[in-house]
Amino acid sequence: MMRSLMLVLLLAMPTAFAAENRFEDPQKQERYTQLINELRCLVCQNQTIADSNADLANDLKDKVAGMIHDGKSNEEIIIFLTDRYGDFVLYRPPVQPNTWLLWAGPALLLGAGLLVFGFTLRRRAANADREEITDNGENT
Amino acid sequence: MKFRFFIPVIVVALLAVVFWRGLFLDPTKVPSPLVGKPVPEFSLPTLHDPEARFTDARFREGPALFNVFGTWCPGCHTEHALLVEMAGTLDVPIYGLNWKDDRKAAIAWLQDDGNPYTDIAFDKDGDVAIDWGVYGAPETFVVDGDGIIRYKHIGILTRDVLQEDILPLLETLKAETQGGTP
Repeated sequence: MMRSLMLVLLLAMPTAFAAENRFEDPQKQERYTQLINELRCLVCQNQTIADSNADLANDLKDKVAGMIHDGKSNEEIIIFLTDRYGDFVLYRPPVQPNTWLLWAGPALLLGAGLLVFGFTLRRRAANADREEITDNGENT
Repeated sequence: MKFRFFIPVIVVALLAVVFWRGLFLDPTKVPSPLVGKPVPEFSLPTLHDPEARFTDARFREGPALFNVFGTWCPGCHTEHALLVEMAGTLDVPIYGLNWKDDRKAAIAWLQDDGNPYTDIAFDKDGDVAIDWGVYGAPETFVVDGDGIIRYKHIGILTRDVLQEDILPLLETLKAETQGGTP
């Protein structure tokens, strides 16, 4: 009984988190859902405005919906928000000089890791060769 | 080859410095891209008179403070006494933005606890607050005589903030306006 109840609740969860339907046009609705899932709520900073029920998040959702309704492009909406709140509202940071390290970081770390890995392998191989020689020397 | 032993030590030391500094950063304070930009255009009714308008033109008459508040905001109550005190000592106007508030409640509060504001714009829907990049009251802006936002403080105003940031800035602004208009 308990288990089936949990299952029902779990299955219901995705629908609970889906954005409410604001547009008749499914394309606009999709843009809306996508946008509010990429914008950070400044009040509760680890939530998107889609997830947040903060007053400001609701206001910003209204704003985004209104702008889509007015025929504004995604880009215009993003610019509207970053002009006011800064790049911080974007969950997907733009590629620009102060974020180069952020974007290149994983690749740089991977590269550094591979270099260390390569060196270690080489040294091991060299050591193994040397040991073999000394071993042979001892055996004979 | 001995120095290789120190590489992890150096890395840990560098990380320690970075994290130590991180301890003293406040992630809830997001720098505003509006600092250095002109105040957004707006026109709102005032709190005390729904017929009167408060517009961005107010910020071109000389340096001013702009304080975002609401009766629903606990921090606003905390800083209120300091604002009242500032209103008595500063020679620049303190304008208020009453953000998503109940008109009656706001008027009653200011009547009871004192009104530090020269005038108050009443932003029922919060649209103007969004244009100002407001995300958490209280917030306080310093605007120069040309209507350029020069400083923004997020959170409760304290005496330290007043002494270290706002008062020196106001002095600079006063010097600028005197220098600019001979």
